[in-house]
Amino acid sequence: MGELRLMKGNEAIAEAAIRCGCDAYFGYPITPQSEILEYLTLQNPEKTTGMVVLQAESEIAAINMVYGAAACGKKALTSSSSPGISLKQEGISYIAGAELPAVIVNVVRGGPGLGTIQPSQSDYFQSVKGGGHGDYKLIVLAPNSVQEQYDFVKLGFDLAFKYRNPVLILSDGAIGQMMEKVQISDFTPRWTEEEIVQMTGSWATHGKPETRKHNIVTSLNLQPEPQEEHNHHLQRKYKEIEDNELRYEKFFCEDAEYVFVAYGTSSRLCQKAIQLGREKGLKLGLLRPITLFPFPKKQIKMATKKAKAFLAVEMSAGQMVEDVQLAVKGKRPVKHFGRYGGMIPMPDEILEAMEELIAKVEKKEAKKAQKKAKKKAEKEAKKQKN
Amino acid sequence: MSISIQDIIKEENKVFSKTKLLTDKVFSYCPGCGHGVAHRIIMEVIEEMGIVNQTIGVAPVGCSVLAYDFMDIDMQQAAHGRAPAVATGISRVFPDKYVFTYQGDGDLAAIGTAETIHACSRGENIIIFFINNGIYGMTGGQMAPTTLEGMKTSTSPHGRDLHQMGFPIKMTEIVAQLDGVQFATRQAVHTPSAVRKTKKAVKKAFENVKNKKGVSFIEIVSNCNSGWKLAPVKANEWMEEFMFPVYPIGDIKG
Ligand SMILES: Cc1ncc(C[n+]2csc(CCOP(=O)(O)OP(=O)(O)O)c2C)c(N)n1
Ligand code: SF4
Ligand SMILES: [Mg+2]
Repeated sequence: MGELRLMKGNEAIAEAAIRCGCDAYFGYPITPQSEILEYLTLQNPEKTTGMVVLQAESEIAAINMVYGAAACGKKALTSSSSPGISLKQEGISYIAGAELPAVIVNVVRGGPGLGTIQPSQSDYFQSVKGGGHGDYKLIVLAPNSVQEQYDFVKLGFDLAFKYRNPVLILSDGAIGQMMEKVQISDFTPRWTEEEIVQMTGSWATHGKPETRKHNIVTSLNLQPEPQEEHNHHLQRKYKEIEDNELRYEKFFCEDAEYVFVAYGTSSRLCQKAIQLGREKGLKLGLLRPITLFPFPKKQIKMATKKAKAFLAVEMSAGQMVEDVQLAVKGKRPVKHFGRYGGMIPMPDEILEAMEELIAKVEKKEAKKAQKKAKKKAEKEAKKQKN
Repeated sequence: MSISIQDIIKEENKVFSKTKLLTDKVFSYCPGCGHGVAHRIIMEVIEEMGIVNQTIGVAPVGCSVLAYDFMDIDMQQAAHGRAPAVATGISRVFPDKYVFTYQGDGDLAAIGTAETIHACSRGENIIIFFINNGIYGMTGGQMAPTTLEGMKTSTSPHGRDLHQMGFPIKMTEIVAQLDGVQFATRQAVHTPSAVRKTKKAVKKAFENVKNKKGVSFIEIVSNCNSGWKLAPVKANEWMEEFMFPVYPIGDIKG
């Protein structure tokens, strides 16, 4: 086991890449994630592990460099923040279409447009609904600590190669910039040329040997029939990912009557709000999606058995809340609370929003109980008359 | 005395054979188009050098998007304009392989200008083949950055007006200025002697990759008889008369 280190979230991404056997990083500076490229250029892993680090001329170039390297069966990483991720969307769609393994990090900042450099979670739709063109899905991992930021790089590559699908680590400016202790792993060597051929020889471009047909990496079909078949294949793969790769965490959910749904930084804030609420005797819990695709739909639906209402807390004007509503299917009230444009909500604000929701639900319940009692009394009265 | 076909089909009578590295698929190119000849030359050189197991090609969007159907080597298809970035990714993780892009003028000189300039400026150890036909062939003959003054296309139906639409761009002269470019040349494939010269340039480019010399940039001025709305022979005559004065054939650097 490696050592314990105090690290910035962005540095954790970079160190994890070097240590998990990543072959190449291509990136372009943008706040709040430039430390990833800075850390990598300083460490210069080309001299140690052989990992390539290159500053591209744009995010468009960087994602296409990832495409080229990934199509060689190599572990390729890129990172950016919201405006840069928008530029990468064309490339991400091509990577998904050509079924290439790659890891993309988005350290989200406030938008739209150039927005702010402060943390935000307003790229949820872009991440889970397919920010580029076509019917595709990314596997989306949402870390809420620097440790997870570190761990998800290796996990990302494992999943990316298992399914030949791009993986997005959806972080935010708070996790990217904050410092926490991290358990560092030992070095995993990069795959040798022989290992790469063995693992990816059936599809990747290594130079055609006599022994096989030429490998072609493409997302193009001129005819619609094979393209529909390709889409069917992709949909089957996404279903398999939904069945096997869901990750989530429950926090104080056993007896919770009111449940927060939150990921990333918001989930940390909700934990604090729960603590404050429990001190007041409120039965609060948190369901934290760790994967945003797949999304813990069933778990949220199951939670409706005990929970009276849900509050989706996001640093956005309300994006993930739509998926919570879809999961709850109208069985319970689902509300949204968010600060956005780079603002981070305080735990007491979050608690206040929850208390408001509780008050509304209780008022409704009381009304319902009143109505019921009234009806019962009327029935009784009728009975007596008869 | 009559000669039977069997008398003719003999090894000693053979004057030409298709390189093994071209598949038997029928070209999707219009008859007389330069793309097919350019494909053949590149594949011949790879075969002659015996480097097929070390070569990776990148075909972006354009008429040659299906180059991978015809070139029997490992290939990647890239997004429109992004081939030099894709080739950078390949070459950086496989520094000992031969990596080339095969791009049209719309691809290389319009949407992919940034990727082209910066791959050249970084001196990536790759070959860039640039098929300049002065038009967007694949999408049906729209104006390209390389379209000549006065030339009619479907989006310059009255002829390219320099005041409104700007000037034809000379990419090979531009990239020749960049220190990362070792070899920049402009060739053609419309006559046997042009084919021979182009093949020599292609060989030199692959040798440069072998010796890690940086970018070799080979422009091939080519016809697009469909887009130009001329029969193949006429198109080649038109190319000599009007394209070559603007895009003169010959080495520019290295
Ligand atoms: C992002 C994007 N924009 C536009 C297109 C449509 N498109 C396909 S090929 C092409 C132009 C190709 O022209 P050129 O590169 O000169 O190649 P040629 O067909 O002439 O060989 C365009 C605009 C596309 N595929 N992708
Ligand atoms: S449209 Fe033009 S470039 Fe395309 S195949 Fe036909 S002649 Fe060649
Ligand atoms: Mg063209």
